[in-house]
Amino acid sequence: MSLFRTELRRLGKRRFTRYMTLLGLLVLAAVVVGVFFTNQKIDAGQLARAERQADQQYQEQVRWSEQERAACEQAKAAGTATDGRYPDDCSMITAPSRDQIEARWFLPSTFDFKETFDETLIPFAAILALVGFVIGASFVGAEWSTGGMMNLLLWRPKRLTVLLTKLAALLTGILAVTLPAAVLWFAGFWAVANFRGSTKGMTSGVWQSFMLTGVRGVVLVLVLTTIGFALASLGRHTAMALGGVVAVMVVGQFGLGILLSMASVRFAEAWLLPTYALAWMTKTVTLQDWNSCNATYYGECKPATMDITWQQSSILLSVGVVVILGAALWAMRRRDIS
Amino acid sequence: MPAVLEIEGLRKTYKSRRRGTRNALDGFDMRVDAGQVHGFLGPNGSGKTTTLRTLLGLIRPDGGRMALLGHEVPDALPTVAGQVGAIVESPQFFPHFTARDTLSLLAGAGEVPATRVDEVLELVGLRDRAGERVKTYSLGMKQRLAVASALLKKPKLLILDEPANGLDPGGIREMRTLMRTLAESGMTVVLSSHILGEIQLICDSVTIISLGRRVAFGPVDEVLAQHSSGAVRIRLEAVSDLPLATEALTRAGIRVTGHPDHLMLAGVDKPASVTRLLAEQNLYVSELAPIAVDLESVFLELTATAPVPGQNRQVDESMKVGGAGQPGPAGGGWGA
Repeated sequence: MSLFRTELRRLGKRRFTRYMTLLGLLVLAAVVVGVFFTNQKIDAGQLARAERQADQQYQEQVRWSEQERAACEQAKAAGTATDGRYPDDCSMITAPSRDQIEARWFLPSTFDFKETFDETLIPFAAILALVGFVIGASFVGAEWSTGGMMNLLLWRPKRLTVLLTKLAALLTGILAVTLPAAVLWFAGFWAVANFRGSTKGMTSGVWQSFMLTGVRGVVLVLVLTTIGFALASLGRHTAMALGGVVAVMVVGQFGLGILLSMASVRFAEAWLLPTYALAWMTKTVTLQDWNSCNATYYGECKPATMDITWQQSSILLSVGVVVILGAALWAMRRRDIS
Repeated sequence: MPAVLEIEGLRKTYKSRRRGTRNALDGFDMRVDAGQVHGFLGPNGSGKTTTLRTLLGLIRPDGGRMALLGHEVPDALPTVAGQVGAIVESPQFFPHFTARDTLSLLAGAGEVPATRVDEVLELVGLRDRAGERVKTYSLGMKQRLAVASALLKKPKLLILDEPANGLDPGGIREMRTLMRTLAESGMTVVLSSHILGEIQLICDSVTIISLGRRVAFGPVDEVLAQHSSGAVRIRLEAVSDLPLATEALTRAGIRVTGHPDHLMLAGVDKPASVTRLLAEQNLYVSELAPIAVDLESVFLELTATAPVPGQNRQVDESMKVGGAGQPGPAGGGWGA
């Protein structure tokens, strides 16, 4: 227990931990503030104005389609309608119906808590996962590269205990930041919705769904923190984790993405890690193959789809953690320390 | 006296596809008795640090047996770690922490009372600079901090690798005094150093390692005596008698080198026999001085690392124990 407390103290004392945490929290705060100032509460006057603008738009569309239809018929009569600008049947040029032009298009942005809050949990988890990854990598990487780990092992010669205690302290520290941040995130956007949008329609089911998404976000933060820690321990340097991520993202993801796209592979995104992270947060990501055509009864051509679910993502995340952390523990146990 | 550190037949081999196989430790033996200040000497790359790292569980040995404070290690390291303070190679600390933070975190990890931190800071002379970041410290100050970290747990056995490295002359003397004081308080100190004059001054016994094997060990006096060449310098009342003396001594089987005002004799077991021999020839000695060897010359001889004019010795060019044309180790078995 003393080692755990000491490692927690060490984590808190590190300037990098403090600065990165502060930076992460400032970015999150900036998002909340940004959303606050870019949204407005909609009143009856704004609704009426939007209706008027929608009417205006509709009238313009009608005028424009009539002009185009006349031009089409003129061109057809003159025999110059062969350049593909106009359809064969000029009567096909029609204005959209009034109800197709929605008044909400002309409304300023407003924050609907029920509709939008779920999406905000994705950047929340992404930012804190990045912070956790970098802090985790630096926490153990700096210990290896400055000789601190060797010093510690002279005091506590149980290698696996030392590494796992460090990890436990790290995860506790990250959790201690993430949980209050999540509470503040909920509260912040609730306030934004109250002052710059709407909190209508919130039921216990919606709250439960938000809570579960939040929990998945926290788990994602902890998983990426663990992976950063394990990679840096494996390479005995912070740069190993950071370099590894750059290599995976640039070569493994962008490169692979381009390659798959050039090879016209079906559902290329299914091979890319961010898809699984997104599926973990949104429960399902539906990929579409636009090169395929599934005809419907109405004669429509629908692309083939493939669902990536959060359960599949959970398997990928679990395997990733087990393999990378397992390798770090194995290396810690086996290798010479110099 | 009970042994606090025992190493027997320790082997460590590094294998590399490119560089082949290198025996860092090749059946190394060592023994340190309780309460001693023990010097651990060897040229660069001879295996000193590998020995200490292996002993402290940082490196996995390929063979041999080790014991610390009567416990077999590395298995019993968790049991004895609290009684062994060590610094291995150059002091390494997280540069952005202060000395007090560094020691406080180590004390926390080792369940040492926080009050001990100030005690050791005082002991190594860092009390007034304890609040500064380690990255602002000179090498000597980092060395002091390293010694402080090793002393933090009031160890029974203190292992210090090059503790005087980077210290100023005053610091070296303080370190010497500290080592002696610690030994007098009952602590056993193992000291690895290249400052052989210091080792000779403060150590009770030494172990010399070369190419991963022990080449000499025992109390400093005995090691020096074993490698003393029996050289004696004599002066006579009359310088003109030197040729007669040379003749008489040569006849007696003593190797003599003449100098304008004195003679150097080699292979003299008992200096009294020289005075008796010369007196029988009515040659009277005005000065007879046995030439003492120092640890440095013994070290250079045993490890074959003395500089040769015109040659650049490479790191691993050292004496191979038992090699062709080389003397064997100074002693065998355990201890002195």
